[in-house]
Amino acid sequence: MHTIFLIIKREYLVRVRKKSFIIMTILGPLLIFGFYAIIGWAAVSSINQKKIAVIDESGRFDGKFKNDDETAYSFLKVPLATAKKTFVKNDYNALVFIPKDVIEQPKTVQIFAEKSVSLSLQSNIERDIAKEIETIKLGEAGITQKIIQDAKVNVDAQTISLSDAGEKSSNGIVTTIISGFCAILIYISVLIYGTQVMRGVMEEKTSRIVEVIISSVKPFQLMMGKIIGVALVGLTQFMLWIVLTAGLFTIGTRLIGQPKEKATSAMDSRMGGMPGQADVQQKMANGNNPVADVMKAIDTLNIPLIIGCFLFYFLGGYLLYSALFGAVGAAVDSETETQQFMFPIMMPIIAAIAFAQIAVRDPDGPLAVWTSMIPFTSPVVMMVRIPFGVPGWQLAISMGLLVVGFIGTTWLAARIYRVGILMYGKKTSFRELSKWVFYKG
Amino acid sequence: MTNNILETHHIVKQYAAHRALDDVSLVVPKGSIFGLLGPNGAGKTSLIRIINQITAPDSGEVILDGERLKPDHIKRIGYLPEERGLYKKMKVGEQLLYLAQLKGLTEKQAMDKLKIWFVKFDIKTWWEKQVQDLSKGMQQKIQFVATVMHEPDLIILDEPFSGFDPINANLIKDEILELRDKGKTIIFSTHRMESVEELCDYIALINRSRKVLDGAKRDIKEQFKTHTYHVEYQGDLTNLPTAFEVMSSRETEDGFIRADIKIPPDAAVNDLVRHLLDRVAIRSFGENIPSINDIFIQTVGENND
Repeated sequence: MHTIFLIIKREYLVRVRKKSFIIMTILGPLLIFGFYAIIGWAAVSSINQKKIAVIDESGRFDGKFKNDDETAYSFLKVPLATAKKTFVKNDYNALVFIPKDVIEQPKTVQIFAEKSVSLSLQSNIERDIAKEIETIKLGEAGITQKIIQDAKVNVDAQTISLSDAGEKSSNGIVTTIISGFCAILIYISVLIYGTQVMRGVMEEKTSRIVEVIISSVKPFQLMMGKIIGVALVGLTQFMLWIVLTAGLFTIGTRLIGQPKEKATSAMDSRMGGMPGQADVQQKMANGNNPVADVMKAIDTLNIPLIIGCFLFYFLGGYLLYSALFGAVGAAVDSETETQQFMFPIMMPIIAAIAFAQIAVRDPDGPLAVWTSMIPFTSPVVMMVRIPFGVPGWQLAISMGLLVVGFIGTTWLAARIYRVGILMYGKKTSFRELSKWVFYKG
Repeated sequence: MTNNILETHHIVKQYAAHRALDDVSLVVPKGSIFGLLGPNGAGKTSLIRIINQITAPDSGEVILDGERLKPDHIKRIGYLPEERGLYKKMKVGEQLLYLAQLKGLTEKQAMDKLKIWFVKFDIKTWWEKQVQDLSKGMQQKIQFVATVMHEPDLIILDEPFSGFDPINANLIKDEILELRDKGKTIIFSTHRMESVEELCDYIALINRSRKVLDGAKRDIKEQFKTHTYHVEYQGDLTNLPTAFEVMSSRETEDGFIRADIKIPPDAAVNDLVRHLLDRVAIRSFGENIPSINDIFIQTVGENND
């Protein structure tokens, strides 16, 4: 036990002291942060006001449409034909034609544009017209301003429940983002640290130190020491990333907090559709802004469970794959030879990412459930499902199978490893590998 | 306690279709230098790996100092493999401390022992250097220190002189002798017969997975003696009694004749000398003692026929 600790210590210290580790540790959060900053910036800069010309033959809508960040309406008093001609020259994005009998036949509204109109713009215009028609119809039905005002109060009261629903939908988005993030993080880290184990094994084999070492320790101890050492390096890196990222976000939110909120609210109003700009503004006025919504949504997730499961599946997936990577490192003499053996290992990981994309859309579908049980894909797929909520028994089976899985691959890898590390200058084939597994002692 | 540091009894090791070791039994006396000889692929490395517990034999047993081989014994063995190397990107001092600790030394013990070696080899300035910055010869020295620093009772050196220049090879040779004088046992496996000739007290020859010869070097040489003597002379030897058979005869560059003469087993050397004195002027006379090289070639050759 003492020797394996020494090996772990060496593997850990050698890697943690490397310049590349320090650089990656600092760069990682910067990259993540930069990524978000770019998305935020893109969201802010993509809001450019659309100029929309309106020909209102019914004469009922003039001045009724509110201008906002996204749309500026101007009412033209010209025939449709003229407006069509001057449309391009006047730099309008769209031309809305409201016929006389719009109240009776709302489907006769037409939108002209040079290029096709975006769905969100169309729905915005449709919504504004529909709203107005509604008001008019209510007025015609004898509903007074006061009643409408009262109704508004009622609607307001309902807005709370609506905003509850809205919260649920934003919760869904946050959940999706978090689950996707966890899955990709597991995928990337299993690959990165798995390859590190492989490189480490190859380094020992090609530098020929391995025979010196295994005259002191068992090959299995050397392999496990390396695997555990690298795992600790990975965990250290995660911890530092979390700390640094949290720090950066605290600073970052203060610096670009305002435009970011605006961007999020713009995105929200476009994505959500139903809760219009007014609602968003109202929400902001109530101190109930989207950022707070996201925070709230995060609060509703079971963060300790997610972090706990993340660590479990990271370690499980890593142990499962890194043992195999280690075996590959032991079987080859040079980096170029690794290709043929890497392929069968990479396949299930890449497949897992494909399954994960399906699982995000349908976390409880049969494919998601099955692939979250199979040890080779479960670390990635299960991490997608966990934020959405997974039945306890499924989690238990999946975890159990993962443990069985990595014990299995470690056993297999150790058998290949102990033979492989002492085989020099021989090109190995899969046939050869399978023979090694059955060698005695 | 036994006088043998190592005994192997009927070791068999099979790799798939290839039998690497077939019923190999050896006895290595304490405080000796033991040469493990054999052509490439004979099974030497397989045997050494079994002694080092890197692999296990299919059958047979290894006895170290009277005890069946057990994991704890690795501390008593120092092994310098033929395929050797060090972590290239690790500092020399750190690396040696690590290797020493793997052999069961505490950090402090390792430090104390290493200091002695660093002074002895005059390599104090290397401590903070990365291995990749050292020359190959320097790395070999470090490797040798790594092999012996935990003061093992049994030191196994596989081709220890490969990669050394003559000066460093001599340095290592002196170290080997010194270690032997301190009571350590050295097994060394090599193709260099001159170093076997020079250093070894005992030898064993393995060919085609089997031990074909072993024993004290002196006894083996005795056993392989051809009872021939060489003489360099001027004169005529044609009338030598027929009991003495002239095996070969040739002229040397400076006008002498060199002949190899075989004497019958029951005859005395003095008789031959007496006959020679009567007939020719002798410049030199001596017994033809087979070299280990001759024995090696002869035994392996016979064995392969």
